[in-house]
Amino acid sequence: MITFEQFAIGAGGALFLLMLPAIYRIAVGPTALDRIVATNIIGTKTAVMLIIIGVVFERVEMFVDFALAYALLNFTGSIAASRFLHRTKDTGEAAAGIGATGGSEP
Amino acid sequence: MTAIIATIITTASVVLILAGIFFFVGAAVGLLRFPDFYVRMHAAGKGDTLSSLLVILGFAVYQLHGFDSFSQDWLTLLVILKLLAVVVFIFLTSPTATSALMDAGWEDDVKPFIREGRSNHLEDDCGNA
Repeated sequence: MITFEQFAIGAGGALFLLMLPAIYRIAVGPTALDRIVATNIIGTKTAVMLIIIGVVFERVEMFVDFALAYALLNFTGSIAASRFLHRTKDTGEAAAGIGATGGSEP
Repeated sequence: MTAIIATIITTASVVLILAGIFFFVGAAVGLLRFPDFYVRMHAAGKGDTLSSLLVILGFAVYQLHGFDSFSQDWLTLLVILKLLAVVVFIFLTSPTATSALMDAGWEDDVKPFIREGRSNHLEDDCGNA
């Protein structure tokens, strides 16, 4: 009979193995947005894995703060990358339209 | 009676965590196998959100064991509330990030996958979004 601690370690190992397809997608992804999506997935899995580490070390009250901060930074990074790629389109023929339509964006 | 409750708590948390890992597997397979940025994004966003929720909820349920030792009830309650805060945060932010990245891809002229021989009705409005 395995203990819950061993089960948590196994769950963390499974999460690590499931990060490998995301790393593959980062390596070979055809577009930059594929890579950003895969990075976002790895960040979410890392936030979950921090909680698993806290359960294994029996210090969840400390590691849950790390997980919350990591999820926040992950979300901020995704939004920043999407805004950046959103704006790179507007450099060519649509550059004249920035002053007219770009004002609505924050 | 206490042993029965402890068994129920552990079983519920194990079931929740295994369900979460199952959906993580679905998200990973979708990320590997789908042909297109948009459908990969679909699999990744949905599977990632739901499985993160399930795994963290499983560990939050497991923290209910802390109420056995009557010394630090407030600490256990605080940990459970923080785990639920992480759950609510991921539930709010992960679909938002998915939507923003999808919008960026659409604006950036990422072509959707269309099978050979099908009529491409997206061809007209994909370029000038």
